[in-house]
Amino acid sequence: MRTAEPIIEIRGLSTVYYSLRGLVKAVDNVSFSVIRGEVLGIVGESGSGKSTLSMSILRVLPLNARIVAGSIMYNGTDLVKLPEQEMKKIRWHKISLVPQAALNALNPTMKIKEHFIETAKYHGIRDKKSIVEKASELLELLRLEPPRVLESYPHELSGGMKQRVLIALALLLDPEVLILDEPTTALDVLTQRAILDLLKDLRKKIDITMIFITHDIAVIADLADRVAVMYAGKIVEIGDVFTVFKSPYHPYTRALIRSIPSIIGSVEEMKPIPGSPPDLVNPPPGCRFHPRCSEKLPICSEKEPPIVEVKPGHMVYCWLYAKR
Amino acid sequence: MLRTVNAPLIEARNLRVYFYVKKGALGKRGIVKAVDGVDLVIEEKGIVTLVGESGCGKTTLGKTIAGLLRPTSGEILFRGKSVAKMNKKEYMEYRRSVQIVHQDPYASLNPTKTVFQALSYPLTRWKLVRSRAEAEERVKELLRLVGLTPPEEFMRKYPHQLSGGQRQRVVIARAISVNPSLVVADEPITMIDVSLRLGILDLLLRLREELGTAYLFITHDFGAARYFSAKGGGVIAVMYLGKIVEIGPAEEVIQHPLHPYTKALIDAVPVPDPEISRKKRMPPLRSLDIPSPLNPPPGCKFHTRCPDAMPVCAKKEPPLIEARPGHYVACWLYTK
Repeated sequence: MRTAEPIIEIRGLSTVYYSLRGLVKAVDNVSFSVIRGEVLGIVGESGSGKSTLSMSILRVLPLNARIVAGSIMYNGTDLVKLPEQEMKKIRWHKISLVPQAALNALNPTMKIKEHFIETAKYHGIRDKKSIVEKASELLELLRLEPPRVLESYPHELSGGMKQRVLIALALLLDPEVLILDEPTTALDVLTQRAILDLLKDLRKKIDITMIFITHDIAVIADLADRVAVMYAGKIVEIGDVFTVFKSPYHPYTRALIRSIPSIIGSVEEMKPIPGSPPDLVNPPPGCRFHPRCSEKLPICSEKEPPIVEVKPGHMVYCWLYAKR
Repeated sequence: MLRTVNAPLIEARNLRVYFYVKKGALGKRGIVKAVDGVDLVIEEKGIVTLVGESGCGKTTLGKTIAGLLRPTSGEILFRGKSVAKMNKKEYMEYRRSVQIVHQDPYASLNPTKTVFQALSYPLTRWKLVRSRAEAEERVKELLRLVGLTPPEEFMRKYPHQLSGGQRQRVVIARAISVNPSLVVADEPITMIDVSLRLGILDLLLRLREELGTAYLFITHDFGAARYFSAKGGGVIAVMYLGKIVEIGPAEEVIQHPLHPYTKALIDAVPVPDPEISRKKRMPPLRSLDIPSPLNPPPGCKFHTRCPDAMPVCAKKEPPLIEARPGHYVACWLYTK
């Protein structure tokens, strides 16, 4: 079913925030590809740059942020260089985003139906009837009752329903790529499970590529085909979900998996990661994880680690595996 | 009544906390029964973890036990004495003995006060120190206890100069500064970086070893509930619509849940193992959404969603019974 054809190729991407304290290197020289039809999970702690990365792809960054280097190739075009007018034809039409804290993203004074109509209007589609039809189709796909939900105001819907409305809204113009930023974070366990199941069903029914961003590594294990682990603005490991969870190579990935209190595994083996994530205004030299790493070598604090392909398609940025 | 080993520190008896709300433009009155008949015992040095979905009443129960909310009916006993019947001196002693750590470490500290000011205020308020020099010594000791070293450096900092994890450590230091016998920790790790969460829980467990504090730990996360209660040898209590539906030793509740609600939650929660997590599917509940707390169903409050509901469930409320040694459940499936 899946061919290894990349749909998005990111090379050397760096995004910075201009702050009073100095430049914050939120995404620093990041390269990876998104494969057509896959679910790519991006996992990282707060401040690791995962949301900045997703906002960079769509160029919807805050005013004090800028992409300073790198390219984002999509269908032969570099999105970084694309004029804003052209970028508008990509957003929502081709690549769509379900933003973080999405439960507050709906306008409380507008019915759900109007959200769909307004969105379509902004993108130049004015035929209300066909839009409502399309919206109904999508809501049904997400197991909501279209007639009731379309006539509702946001406050009349539960958190799980609002989240599904936002996914439907993101799918309105048949995008090829859907970016979901922490889509299950504020939800209760059962609602989270329902959303995860729906996303799995969705991929069977429509042709879509998903980039799924979360801090919760268990959600990645549940849904993603591949996982990219981010730490302090860098991707430190990327590979197939089953291999990464079974034999994580990067000391950070290992420590992150161990640091999750879960209902499975031995409680005695769960351990926090010592220290805290670095200040990105002034990140540590060399490998950014070295101050917290239990396996660090002298070189780790001097030079940035190289990319090492430890298994086909499984990449690690760590000196432990470099041939020197 | 639940059996206990150590002497009970706090006992809630048939506790009810109701909120009166206006509904709609006409101002029709409604009652939200946030806590609706809870019996709970927290032993000296004991650990009770309350787990449940948002709106189940776990925070209300925690606040009521900490004395921040008044019960509508029922009573709270502190070391055997009813809080409602205490004289002023006894009541002040109870309020000092039960401290609370809130979820948001960003909202819990005054941004204009240094760490020293935040920590020294309760010490002078409760007359635990007599001079500034004594206060400084005690604040340094507290900072060392919560792992913020060197304390001289942290004392001078303002909240904005601290990370989320460090702030939560300051809030914990403030809670333990007045030598409480119980700390109500309401979602203390929810807003903390993933890699630091276990560090905060380990800190709380270590403080119990060193200071003998008991905990009421409130969380929505079954993994965190298990970690904290299992490591501390405590119990997990599962709440649903104002009721405790199941309570027992941590690993018992996680590995052998009895109540259909607990089973559904444990079946649904993703785990960091793709082989196991991908086999999980939505449990066969009859409805996904929690009924409105303004209009909860009669009988067992879970019967409208329960896959195993029987006719009796809609009529009568099930009592909390001991189904396995030390493991209690409120469900007609286990009542003969």
